[in-house]
Amino acid sequence: MTACYLDHNATTPLGMPAREAMARAIEVTGNPSSVHAFGRDARKIVEDARASVAELAGIAPANVIFTSGGSEANNTILRGVAADTIITSAVEHASLLDAVPDALRIPVDADGVVRLDALALALEGAEGRTLVSVMAANNETGVVQPIAEVSALCKDAGALLHVDAIQWAAKRPLFEITAYADAVSLSAHKFQGPAGTGAILIKDGVAFEPLVRGGGQERRRRAGTENVVGIAGFGAAAAAALQALPEYARIGALRDRIETELSDGARFYGQDADRLANTTCIAMPGVSAETQVMAFDLAGVAVSAGSACSSGKVEPSHVLLAMGLSKDEAAQAIRVSLGPDTTEEDVDRFIAAWRDLYRRTSRAGEAA
Amino acid sequence: MTAQARPIYLDYQATTPVDARVMETMTPFFTEAFGNPHSTSHAYGWEARDAVEAARQQVAAMINADPREVVFTSGATESNNMAIKGVARFFEGRKGHMIAPVTEHKCVLESMKYAQKLGYEITWLPVAADGLIDPAAVKDAIREDTALVSVMQVNNEIGTIQPVAEIGAICREAGVYFHTDAAQASGKAKIDVVEMNADLLSLSAHKMYGPMGIGALYVRRKPRVRLEPLMDGGGQERTMRSGTLPAPLVVGFGKAAEIVTAERDTEETRVRDLRDRLLKGLQQRVPDLYVNGSMEHRVAGNLNVGFKGIDSEALMDALKERVAISSGSACTSAAVEPSYVLRALGLSDEDAHASVRLCVGRMTTADEIEVAIDAISDAVRTLRADGAQVSVA
Repeated sequence: MTACYLDHNATTPLGMPAREAMARAIEVTGNPSSVHAFGRDARKIVEDARASVAELAGIAPANVIFTSGGSEANNTILRGVAADTIITSAVEHASLLDAVPDALRIPVDADGVVRLDALALALEGAEGRTLVSVMAANNETGVVQPIAEVSALCKDAGALLHVDAIQWAAKRPLFEITAYADAVSLSAHKFQGPAGTGAILIKDGVAFEPLVRGGGQERRRRAGTENVVGIAGFGAAAAAALQALPEYARIGALRDRIETELSDGARFYGQDADRLANTTCIAMPGVSAETQVMAFDLAGVAVSAGSACSSGKVEPSHVLLAMGLSKDEAAQAIRVSLGPDTTEEDVDRFIAAWRDLYRRTSRAGEAA
Repeated sequence: MTAQARPIYLDYQATTPVDARVMETMTPFFTEAFGNPHSTSHAYGWEARDAVEAARQQVAAMINADPREVVFTSGATESNNMAIKGVARFFEGRKGHMIAPVTEHKCVLESMKYAQKLGYEITWLPVAADGLIDPAAVKDAIREDTALVSVMQVNNEIGTIQPVAEIGAICREAGVYFHTDAAQASGKAKIDVVEMNADLLSLSAHKMYGPMGIGALYVRRKPRVRLEPLMDGGGQERTMRSGTLPAPLVVGFGKAAEIVTAERDTEETRVRDLRDRLLKGLQQRVPDLYVNGSMEHRVAGNLNVGFKGIDSEALMDALKERVAISSGSACTSAAVEPSYVLRALGLSDEDAHASVRLCVGRMTTADEIEVAIDAISDAVRTLRADGAQVSVA
């Protein structure tokens, strides 16, 4: 097993608060919908966790709907909100783009920031009920979108705004998103919570057709027995995240050190934009991302070539292409994403591995 | 949680405790082996993926399927939604009919209503007084444009086992997809997709001593079953179900399946004996008791009994410190209307209201059954005495 994990945007190790909450929850046998004592105990776990997530989001608990994860949250809103026109950005997560293949995709600038002028034009031309979906921060580059401005344009046009805040949550204050969005998607395993649970944060009065129907769970908006243990972990991770926000100043300094130390040789994408503190998208000129991630893995450093769900594919990242990179350039970029457990030593190790590979490959290039 | 401090748990159809062996197997995947199984660029990802694939084999083995036919979901509700809506969407405009009994789980009924919105006509099959449907009725109902027949293997309230093998054979012959909701059969009855000719089959881990938040949909490969995914995105699960797989939950599900495969037969006998002991004990102590649904075609742990003149809510309340039971399915147990399943058997509102579901499981002991018999018969006697006083007054 490799020792240096720098792929936190794919998934994060389960944090101690979540682990402890889940260990307690798993001792409780009960379906939260059962009215007996076992059921009530399970219900309390779910509702306490809901309160924690609500607190992280700066909203009321009734506005938190638990789902099986971020993809389900995105699919539910994008498919469930009655809309004649759907507008997204060109750099959204695949789960979102694939859920609405016919959506209008707003281009981004070279830094990866959505073009507000293009969005304004699209909204002007949109007919009927319009749903706009723009992510808070990109999973591959960490680039942050101007959600307040996007929201203002949506309000003027009478459009609903959905924000995929899966990468943003816990790294920046979530109320900066919930204050502007009508619906927000979250995923627990991206911030030291367990995989298999996520949420939709919904404004009062925003109606949608549930994706998963059946029993009346989640106020009839998401059927199925609640994942009690997972939700317990989600709640604990949310509570911990609220405390851990200042940690991102340290993480940002680590990320910046990578970029400073590798500036001689490496290219960075999205560097001039407002970015999440933990993410850097780095290209090694002339070396394919596949070669890089394999070499780094051998050196004990786990990074990825784009998003995890597409990291088995060979196509270059749609995010980088949208930023104007050529296919060749995009195929040389990897994603390095740090987390609260990342140390100076981890960063040293990555920098050394990067330099080592760079030296070897450029020497091979010279020899040829 | 100490046994003394807690009521006796007789609600194994609502959910089951996680088996200690399952817990032990899952734990490392919550901690050191935390990788995203879809990360292909490093060892963390490979390790998680290997574990997921091993679990897929364990689940497949439990139902006599090929591992490639197992699609992991967030649970049986999602599986049922995916199967019914997915077939409805794939054949939209080409087929126009589906068939299901009236006693299906809420999520099947709701998914059928979705198909209805897409233009499908639904034939709702009645059940006999014993809760069973007649396979001949399925055969008669099948039309040229029938896309899907959905019949649950084990009913969530009355535990009755439908003749799924016969229904499956009829569907196969007619070239109609057969889906069965096996959530309540999971871990409790034999499930064999070959024997029952199932094309689609829904499973739930938390009904079989695995974790909540994970289930599966079996999707037959030969002949291939076509359906639209419920969730699009990263393309996981061979594009059938997008979203990061929760590796620890999948691993737990796999272990739970392995245990079921190894122990189901012995466990079934033990659980049936306890259930029969419970029924006999209650029959000896409580007059005017009736059993809802067939005893012959019934899953081992389930009992659904009515106590004439009793209000099940009052009974559950009286028992709350001693025995945890339910008045029907958990997801509707807070509802006040009488069970639609019991009404479909022909029970009056009053008799449906007087009925409770008791379910024995892996952790139930003989001592617990004795205590439960005492507690339930005492509570019924007291409630009837109070009721008698009220009616006298």
